[in-house]
Amino acid sequence: MAVAAEQPPVDLREPAGWRRTKNNVATVLMWVAFVAVLVPLGFVLYTVISKGAPSISGQFLTSSIPPNIMPANFGGMGPAIVGTLEITALSAVMAIPIGVLGAIYINEYGGNRVLARIIGFMADVMTGVPSIVMGLFVFTIWVLHFGYSGLAGAFALACLMLPLVIRSSYEMLRLVPDSLREASYALGATKARVTLTVVLPAAIGGIVSGSLLAVARATGETAPLLFTIFTVEATNTNVFSGPDTALPNQIFANATQPYVGAQARGWGAALTLIAIAFIFMIAARISTARFARYSR
Amino acid sequence: MSAAVKADPADVAGSAHPLAQRRPLGDRVFQILALAAGLLVLVILVLIAITTTQQSTSWFSHEGLSGIFSTNWDPATNSFGAMTFVYGTAITALIAVILAVPVSVAIALLLTEVVPRRWARPIVYMVDLLAVVPSVVWGLWGIQVFAPWVQHIYTPIASGLTGIPVLSFFFGGTNTSGESFFTAGLILAFMITPIVTSLSREVIATVPAIDKEGAYALGATRWEMIRGAVWPHSQGGVVGSVLLGLGRAMGETIAVALVIGSSPTITSHLFSPGYSMPAVIANQFGEASGVFRSALIGMGVLLFAITIVVNLVARGVVDRSTRRARGA
Repeated sequence: MAVAAEQPPVDLREPAGWRRTKNNVATVLMWVAFVAVLVPLGFVLYTVISKGAPSISGQFLTSSIPPNIMPANFGGMGPAIVGTLEITALSAVMAIPIGVLGAIYINEYGGNRVLARIIGFMADVMTGVPSIVMGLFVFTIWVLHFGYSGLAGAFALACLMLPLVIRSSYEMLRLVPDSLREASYALGATKARVTLTVVLPAAIGGIVSGSLLAVARATGETAPLLFTIFTVEATNTNVFSGPDTALPNQIFANATQPYVGAQARGWGAALTLIAIAFIFMIAARISTARFARYSR
Repeated sequence: MSAAVKADPADVAGSAHPLAQRRPLGDRVFQILALAAGLLVLVILVLIAITTTQQSTSWFSHEGLSGIFSTNWDPATNSFGAMTFVYGTAITALIAVILAVPVSVAIALLLTEVVPRRWARPIVYMVDLLAVVPSVVWGLWGIQVFAPWVQHIYTPIASGLTGIPVLSFFFGGTNTSGESFFTAGLILAFMITPIVTSLSREVIATVPAIDKEGAYALGATRWEMIRGAVWPHSQGGVVGSVLLGLGRAMGETIAVALVIGSSPTITSHLFSPGYSMPAVIANQFGEASGVFRSALIGMGVLLFAITIVVNLVARGVVDRSTRRARGA
């Protein structure tokens, strides 16, 4: 491009030649990486929806689990859905208040204390403990003495959720500006009162959101439930005693069944499970968007 | 009040101040509750170590230290060596990390350095969707759809590579179902990508803007800026996030249990079926009792110990590098 005759044009903006090529290749590769993630995601979601949707009906969601040899349109996953909802709710009731309290200790009372830093660090480490280890733990400490029950499963899920709730609540409490706390102290409020009536409400959007994400994660967990609730076909409305069942356990059991009907019910259960997890995730996003006053 | 510690207006306990005596009961009770909740984390971790180790003692005394690490696993003859499963866990986790890390770091760079902020959010949502798919659904999809599908790819690769020294060592062998170390590793890679991406992104986001602007001012392209300013700064943290992904991959149970092929063998052939520690616990616990059950719980103890060490190191690395990045 001969623009100027006397002076060669100096392009200050664009590096030329192989440097530009290298830059473009790197950018393209980054997009390729993103597409590489979308492909399995799309593949798995498409399969679950296309194979699971035909099973879903009012009957599927409510009626009892039939023997595996029964054809596809027979029976449903009612007991497993009831079990999943009960066990997850029970574990949330245990883990969320304790987790939020733990986060309050780390952020509001801990200050620079070594203990608070150790607890925060170990909570992070605890998020990395495999879920199956939590199942074995509850088996050895609870099931061996009191037998299989939904409650035992809820303990295992609560152990998984606890560090997640602590982590996310701590992040949210940290964002609440100190001026809010100082203003309340200036009015003569005690620390507990400041924390409960000023700091917590200010951070509640984020805390709810983080807790819902932890619940969503726990809903899909199978490994901790295998050794704690056992897996039965009948509905067990009493979460506190007797073997129970849940959606992930039924999917795990049906995945290796040779019968078409059992497989179809497995896919239906998978779609139901993903839908439940999704609802929690969307609720979390709404909570962040609507109620979070301080965000990152 | 020392200069280093931030003054806490409510912290009057222990001082000679008259208010210290009048701290209401409810206030103190609340503080104790919060402390108890925090301590619960430590209590649970210690209890996990104690109770599971207790239940696995009969395995340790039955097999001895050398027996634990033997390759002989045969419940019918009361032989419970864990080495095959340790090998399978290590191999599948390594495959997962090797596949997931470049992709995750590339997406993290895409999010922080390439796309504008308002585009970053939907991309994050989509990557996070991978984490919403439960492990058991990955397993169901893996055993019924993915494994039969990749089987069609494995066979020509394996036959095409026969005779080539290194490649046939890894990719030779026969497979009839598609359930293998490699299939398990692939699915693990999908599963750990969201966590590695989000942690790497957090680390990369701490790179000071002034370093990046400096690189641009010297005429660097974006890639040169990433190599020169972003990478040296976030290297340590990215290593930490990779280790966390590794820990996640080693502990993942149900998806692996369904697609690894459940065959306790040690082989270099990645397309052959194998077994891993969490998978064998999940599959065989129901029918186990006595030493058998003790051995499975003992494997859980091994898994717990390994993942705790990996996580301690990883968290240490991540914490140190982010703290250094913040300049504190």
